[in-house]
Amino acid sequence: MRDPVLEIRGLRVDYGLGDAAVHAVRDVDLTLHRGEVLGLAGESGSGKSTLAYGLTRLLPPPGVVSGGEVIYHPVDGPPVDVLSLSPAQLRAFRWAEASIVFQGAMNSLNPVHKVSTQLLDVIRAHEPRSTAAGRLARARELLKLVGISADRLHSYPHQLSGGMRQRVMIAMALALEPQVVIMDEPTTALDVVMQRQILGQLAELRERLGFAVLFITHDLSLLVEFSDRIAIMYGGRIVEEAPAAELYRRALHPYTDGLLHSFPALRGPRRELTGIPGSPPDLRAMPTGCAFHPRCPRAFTPCDAELPPLGPPGDDDPRRAVACWLHSATAPAPR
Amino acid sequence: MTISPSSIEQVIPGQGAMAQPSAAPGRAKRRRFRFIANAKAATGLVILGVYCLFAVIGPWVAPHNPDARSGDVLQPPSTAHWFGTTHLGQDIFSQILVGARSVMVVGLIAGVLATILSILIGVTAGYLGGAADEGLSAMSNVFLVIPALPLIIIVTSIVEQASDTLVALIIGCTSWAWGARVLRAQTLSLRRRDYVEAARATGERTWRIILFEILPNLTAIIASGFVGTVIFAVMSEITLAFIGISSVSSWNWGTILFWAQGQQALAQGAWWWFVPAGLAIALLGTALALINFGIDEFVSPRLRSAGKTRIRTADGRTVRMRVGFTPVLAPSRPVPAPREEVAP
Amino acid sequence: MRFLLQRVAFYLFTAWAAITLNFFIPRLVPGDPVQSLISRNQGRISADAIESLRVLFGLDENENVWEQYLDYWRQLIHGDLGLSFTFFPAPVSTVIGDSLPWTVGLVGITTIISFLLGTALGVGAGWRRGSWVDGLLPATTFLSSIPYFWLGLVAIALFAGPGSFFPSSGGYEPGLVPAFDQYFIPSAIQHSILPAATILVSSMSGWILSMRNMMVTVSSEDYITVAHAKGLSERRVALSYAARNALLPNVSGFALSLGFIVGGTLLVEIVFSYPGLGYQLFQAVGAKDYPLMQGIFLIITISVLVANLLADVAYLLLDPRTRKS
Repeated sequence: MRDPVLEIRGLRVDYGLGDAAVHAVRDVDLTLHRGEVLGLAGESGSGKSTLAYGLTRLLPPPGVVSGGEVIYHPVDGPPVDVLSLSPAQLRAFRWAEASIVFQGAMNSLNPVHKVSTQLLDVIRAHEPRSTAAGRLARARELLKLVGISADRLHSYPHQLSGGMRQRVMIAMALALEPQVVIMDEPTTALDVVMQRQILGQLAELRERLGFAVLFITHDLSLLVEFSDRIAIMYGGRIVEEAPAAELYRRALHPYTDGLLHSFPALRGPRRELTGIPGSPPDLRAMPTGCAFHPRCPRAFTPCDAELPPLGPPGDDDPRRAVACWLHSATAPAPR
Repeated sequence: MTISPSSIEQVIPGQGAMAQPSAAPGRAKRRRFRFIANAKAATGLVILGVYCLFAVIGPWVAPHNPDARSGDVLQPPSTAHWFGTTHLGQDIFSQILVGARSVMVVGLIAGVLATILSILIGVTAGYLGGAADEGLSAMSNVFLVIPALPLIIIVTSIVEQASDTLVALIIGCTSWAWGARVLRAQTLSLRRRDYVEAARATGERTWRIILFEILPNLTAIIASGFVGTVIFAVMSEITLAFIGISSVSSWNWGTILFWAQGQQALAQGAWWWFVPAGLAIALLGTALALINFGIDEFVSPRLRSAGKTRIRTADGRTVRMRVGFTPVLAPSRPVPAPREEVAP
Repeated sequence: MRFLLQRVAFYLFTAWAAITLNFFIPRLVPGDPVQSLISRNQGRISADAIESLRVLFGLDENENVWEQYLDYWRQLIHGDLGLSFTFFPAPVSTVIGDSLPWTVGLVGITTIISFLLGTALGVGAGWRRGSWVDGLLPATTFLSSIPYFWLGLVAIALFAGPGSFFPSSGGYEPGLVPAFDQYFIPSAIQHSILPAATILVSSMSGWILSMRNMMVTVSSEDYITVAHAKGLSERRVALSYAARNALLPNVSGFALSLGFIVGGTLLVEIVFSYPGLGYQLFQAVGAKDYPLMQGIFLIITISVLVANLLADVAYLLLDPRTRKS
């Protein structure tokens, strides 16, 4: 297995303080390896976006990171905990080491500045000693990288189509050649053709530049195709984690299984479409035990009482982890 | 004496920067109570309540007849005359109390009139669209741009000794444009909502859609427009009285200032003659402005005070809640991993 | 360009509406104000001047309203606003010409300073919520609720008076001749400080508040989060990303509320007996000088329209989205 580039350990993110706090992300452990695409999927409200904003500390008030650490391993140098960086250190870390492509291509670009201004200011902020001509050349190159002609540099965001804007955002994300690119539903707002195009391009760029991607989406079918590994989130926790092909072939957690049966098979034999009954849990009033048990078709005795730990499944495949009593090696004795 | 652009004007969808202000109709009731719970709105409402009380009982509880002259000429505040006396020995406290009614009545009439006009014009323009919208919008923009106060002054000065009601009508007829503009924009966005489209598709009558689907969602904006107009109306009425255009025979706070100015109260050092009236106006204006802030924050939750902006973390540091740098409260467990030394 | 042409067309329409309104207002005046003036000034008034006033007041019984309206326009195009009753026999245009520079100087400049200063403070208050500027907001609310003229009175009582640096009335030292020289300019500035401060204090808070609210609203936009994620300096995010966008609605709000502001600030002139349009209007109202009132209303309206157009140009320069070719 490759070395880790970003290790999330016991991350907890709340909205609000004290007793009024809503725990949106609960004790999440997740490791992103160098150069891989890790998919993070879940229904809306499962905490996947909160996780991304929390680990980069971009969550607006009243969001707070209430615990855990996010260890970043630079190419050279000792690992750093992103959560304990000072504002100045954090500013230097951002974009240079980990950049983000946000969901809303429409609103991610500042409407009053040209594309060039927005591409150049990030380079200048991180490389103050670069020359203006050098920065401009880099900006042109970046646009070319994502298949946009360089004369678009002088356009305003409103003069670009949605797909172009998102590609500009991807170009911007790669401007400083970061090790990690976090993508929060980067293609959700786009039509399917554009979605395919951009994802194809992204895969190609990753081959070439070797950055790691944390890809967040509610669309599991996209991840099955596009990512190396997939983590499934439910109620603020990771409930399953496995190589993409393994997960698609055989989902262990009933929730993952439900997700997989919510879209038609991409290739191979036709599967039955079932979906998942019920609705996502209310973060303010989480069910006891396994958060999924009220919707789970296979819930049994321990599920409503005890929280299943995330660990290797019973058959002990070391590449997989699941938080479900059905597959736990250390299932509590039935009462 | 300006009406500053309410932020409601600026949060209209389509102007870019705002999430949809009105929630689903079903949640309206819970939100209504939250409005009262807003500290700013509550303070404003309490002060306004006191003013309304004085408007009703003021003339009865006034210790003196505001017109009655006495031998105590230009007396500073004392136990006999709480706010002092005028050059004719009139009791200023009584004048203020009696004047409250005129101020409140003019504010109310003008506010109601302007609000009705703004709803009629704004909602019609926004809902009908097309040529009707073009015409009505142009009309409200014209009224918006023409300086209202000079116009009110001129129109009022043509009428000899204008009564309170007439002043209120003139102000009401000239100050509806702002509300109409805001309502038009909001109606326009409501009209495109699914539930309105659905009502139209099922053949609901236009007036029923406007009355039951559109207007309930405009309540906050209508209220804010009403309060804004009342502020403007009160200020205008007082101004008219102060420069001596409207009738000087009835008392309002502007009339008091008119006499104070005319009798050189300043030069004579009679500060008590003009300070109470001014403070009464300012406090009323503040109360109304506070109510409007409350409405603004109610409509656009982002504006609410940030609450606690500084929080203490478990290890005793103080961090500030701010956009872009989510505070980290405490590590969940001690980790032996090497860490960089961090400045607090 | 289309945006600007639309705006110009709208302002022309508004000017037409204001002029038409102005045409009808004196027709509401009861009695015959001109006749009384003529009889008071028997023989001293020229036939031309009488004719001009008759057109202005619609006293020519031989003409119908439409012909009167055309006559009124003809007269207006020649810059003839009639004769002032108070400054008889000076034409209204001369009286206005004398007082307009004072108003532009006082109200115009302070309005702009108030907007700029208030906006700058609003940026600070909105960006760092919960800082000391937020604590200032209730105080500014109170200040903005005070009528301008009353604040002027208080300012005179506190700061002006015999022996004080600040004069309590007038636009310049009596005895000086208005000219751009070393005697007149300092005196004019000295006389304008107190009225200007009065306007500033009570008009600024509206801008602080609206800019603060816009900053708060804009701060939660995606592009602000992106700017933070890019690791840009705090200053750059606050100014180039947040404030730059929050400014747009504030500028259009400024344009829209100019009519309100100018109306209110004119009153400060009354309190300070400042020789501008507001004071002139006050005197005209007191003397029932209808031609002067009408003329002042027209000039104020047109000035506000011009100011609005300038604000639109500013908006055009600030927002690339309206600059579509």
